[in-house]
Amino acid sequence: MSAHLQPTGSAYFIAKETELAETHTLSVLVDNEPGVLARVIGLFSGRGYNIESLTVSETEHEAHLSRITIVTRGTPHVLEQIKNQLERLVPVHRVVDLTVRAAGLGHDRPVERELALVKVHGSGEHRVEALRLADAFRASVIDANIDHFVFEITGKPSKIEQFIAIMKPLGLIEVCRTGIAAMNRGPQGM
Amino acid sequence: MSGTENQMTGAEIVLQALKDNGVEHIFGYPGGAVLPIYDEIFQQEDIQHILVRHEQGAGHMAEGYARSTGKVGVMLVTSGPGATNAVTPLQDALMDSIPIVCISGQVPTALIGSDAFQECDTVGITRPCTKHNWLVKDVNDLARIIHEAFRIAQSGRPGPVVVDIPKDIQFATGTYTPPSAVPTQKSYQPKTQGDLKKIEEAVALMKAARQPVIYSGGGVINSGPEAAHFLRELVELTGFPITSTLMGLGAYPASGKNWLGMLGMHGTYEANMAMHDCDVMICIGARFDDRITGRLNAFSPNSKKIHIDIDPSSINKNVRVDIPIVGDVANVLEDMVRLWRAAAKTVDAARLDDWWSSIAKWRARNSLAYTPSDDVIMPQYAIQRLYELTKDRDTYITTEVGQHQMWAAQFFGFEQPNRWMTSGGLGTMGYGFPAALGVQVAHPESLVIDIAGDASIQMCIQEMSCAVQYGLPVKIFILNNQYMGMVRQWQQLLHGNRLSHSYTEAMPDFVKLAEAYGGIGIRCEKPGELDEAIRRMIDTPAPVIFDCRVANLANCFPMIPSGKAHNEMLLPDEATDEAVANAIDAKGRQLV
Repeated sequence: MSAHLQPTGSAYFIAKETELAETHTLSVLVDNEPGVLARVIGLFSGRGYNIESLTVSETEHEAHLSRITIVTRGTPHVLEQIKNQLERLVPVHRVVDLTVRAAGLGHDRPVERELALVKVHGSGEHRVEALRLADAFRASVIDANIDHFVFEITGKPSKIEQFIAIMKPLGLIEVCRTGIAAMNRGPQGM
Repeated sequence: MSGTENQMTGAEIVLQALKDNGVEHIFGYPGGAVLPIYDEIFQQEDIQHILVRHEQGAGHMAEGYARSTGKVGVMLVTSGPGATNAVTPLQDALMDSIPIVCISGQVPTALIGSDAFQECDTVGITRPCTKHNWLVKDVNDLARIIHEAFRIAQSGRPGPVVVDIPKDIQFATGTYTPPSAVPTQKSYQPKTQGDLKKIEEAVALMKAARQPVIYSGGGVINSGPEAAHFLRELVELTGFPITSTLMGLGAYPASGKNWLGMLGMHGTYEANMAMHDCDVMICIGARFDDRITGRLNAFSPNSKKIHIDIDPSSINKNVRVDIPIVGDVANVLEDMVRLWRAAAKTVDAARLDDWWSSIAKWRARNSLAYTPSDDVIMPQYAIQRLYELTKDRDTYITTEVGQHQMWAAQFFGFEQPNRWMTSGGLGTMGYGFPAALGVQVAHPESLVIDIAGDASIQMCIQEMSCAVQYGLPVKIFILNNQYMGMVRQWQQLLHGNRLSHSYTEAMPDFVKLAEAYGGIGIRCEKPGELDEAIRRMIDTPAPVIFDCRVANLANCFPMIPSGKAHNEMLLPDEATDEAVANAIDAKGRQLV
C-alpha cells in the first residue's frame, strides 16, 4: 500500500440530512430541584440540539413543579429525540410538543406570548412618533423623563420583533425579552 | 420507636443505607473529604472495602462486579481528583447501562464555591455522565437520597449515579430512614410492561416472516437471567436465526444451532448478511449503534423492524422501526413467548427452509478463517486455545479495547449471560483488568481472565497491587503484538499506512512486572508451547500476567469498512494489501 493512494477517511458513517428543520415549542414539567435547569440545558448542548428561546418558572408552589417552555429547531426526527431524551431525565414529569398538539387540535400553532421592555431615547418629533407607535402596539409606558421612555409590550414574538424594528430609527437604546410562554388552546391542560 | 432512636451521623447513615440496600463490597480510595465515612468503615465488618490504586480502577471494578452479578456496584471516592478520576468509568457505565452507585466526598458546605483544596463541581462534572446525581445539603435527606440512588441505578435502563456528600454533612447528626419508608420521586417511574397490542402485532409479523433474524443486545443481559431464558425459548419455538451485539454475547449460547455469531463491524459474514437480507428483524435490547448498522441508508433495506427496549429514547434514534415495544425485555419476551405458543399451530415451519439454506451458504464462507502458523502464535489461535482449555470451567472473561477484544468476541464461545464483561459503548482501554478484579471479588472461586492487549493493559496496570493485596487470582492474558493493533489497522485502511505513534518501542518486561508486584509472570512465544503455558496459568492460584507474544501484523477481519453496507464486508481471504488499500472508496473517504 503506498501512501499517496490513501487520502484520509473516517471511522464513522455519516449520512446527509434529508429532512427539513421545523421550529417547535415544547412544554416541560419538572420538579423544581437544584440543577434541573442545568440538566435540561446540558442535554441540549451535549446532544447538539438548538435552543431558540427558553423560559422557566415555578408554576405549582405546593408541588414544587416548574414549567419550562423551550422553542427549538430541528428535523422531525431530531424533535422526537429531544422529547424522548428530555423524558429520560429523572426530575422531568412530562414533555409536550405544543406545536404537534396544536396541529392535532386543528390549530396553526399554540398560543405564544412574550413580554419585552424597550428603552427609547429621543426628543422632538422622534419622541412623539415613538409614543404614538407604542400606543398603536398597545405598549405601555412604565418609565419616562423628558428624553426617554421605557415601554412594556406583550404579544406574539412577531409583534415584538416588529415593534423593536420600528423603534430602531427612533432612538432604541436597549431591549430585554422574557422568551416565550406558551400553551395550547381549548379546555385541556398539558 | 423514640424520636432519638434513628439518630446517626451522616457517615453512619451512609454505611447503614449501604447495608440496607444489600451492599457487601465497595471499591474505593480514601481522601480528606471522605475520612468520616472511612472511619465508619473501619468500625464495622458487614461491608468489605477493596482498596484500589486509582479511582478509575474502583469504577471499573464496580462495573465488573455489577455486570457479573446483576447487583449494583458501589464505589467510594474523595472530592476533587477522586471524583474527576471517576468520570471515565461513570461514562463507561452510562453507555453500557451498568448500575453503579458512586459516593463522593465533597468539601464542607460552607466552602463550596470558594475553590477550596480538592474542591471541584462534582455534580456539574458528572451530570452528563450519570443517569442522575445529587449534592446532599441536609443530613436528613441523606438516607432518602442513597435509597433513591440505588432505585434509580438499577431500575429502568440501568446506569451510574453519583451522591456527593460534603464533609460537614458526614459529621452532622440526623435521622435515618429505612428504604421502605422513603417516598420515591414521582417523575421517575419507568415502564416495564410492554404494550400487549404491539406484541400481538409483532407476533403476527413474525408468523408471516420468511427471512427473519433476531438481533439481541446488552439489554437482554441487563434484564436478568429470566430474559436470557425467554430469549432461548423464543429462538427454540420460532426456529429463527439469532445474532447478537458485542454486549449481548452469552444471552443465547454460542453452541446453539441457531447462532450466527456476533454482528457488526467485525461480526461474521452470515450474521451481517442475514441482517442485510432479512424481511423481519426483531431487535431485543440493542440500540442500532453505528458499529452495528454500517452505512445507515443501506442498513437492512427490505425488512420490517420490531424493537424491544426499556428506554423510549432508543426507539427511532438511529433507525426507524415499524413496531416499537417499550418495556423490560424479560416481561416483553414472556408475553411474546406466550402469544407465539398460542399461535404456533398456524405457523408453517417449512417457510424458513430457503432462508436457512442461504444462511448455510454464508456460513460456508468461513468468515473467521485465518492462516495458521507453526512459527508464531496467531492471536486468533491464542484465543481459541484459551477457550478450549477453559470452557469446562467456571470462567468469566473481561477484555480491554482493541483487536484482542474483537478476537475474543469472535473466538471465545459464551454459553451463559453475565460471563462476558467488555467496554462496548465507550471503548475504554484499561477497563478489563479492574473489571476482572471486580468479578473475582464477587466470584472468589471462579476463573477470571482479562483478555488484554499490550497497550490497553498499561492503562490500569497499577491494580496489580490491589490484586496481590486481596489475593485475587485474576489472569491477565496479553496478546502482545507491540502495536496498538486496532489503531494501526485503521491507519493502514484510512491513513496510507502511516503508522503514526501506534508502535510501542519501549515495552515493559511483563514477566518481571508481574514479579515486581508480587504476582506470577508467564511468557509464551511458540504455538507448540501455548497449551502447556495456558494450563500453568490456570493452575496458578495467584494473579498472573501472561505475556503471549503473537504475530505482530495480524489484522482483525472480517470487517465492514467505512461507508459500506453489511453486504460489502471485507473478508479475511480477500483482505490482500491491495484490497485493504481500496476498501474505502472515494465516497467513503469524504465522510468527514
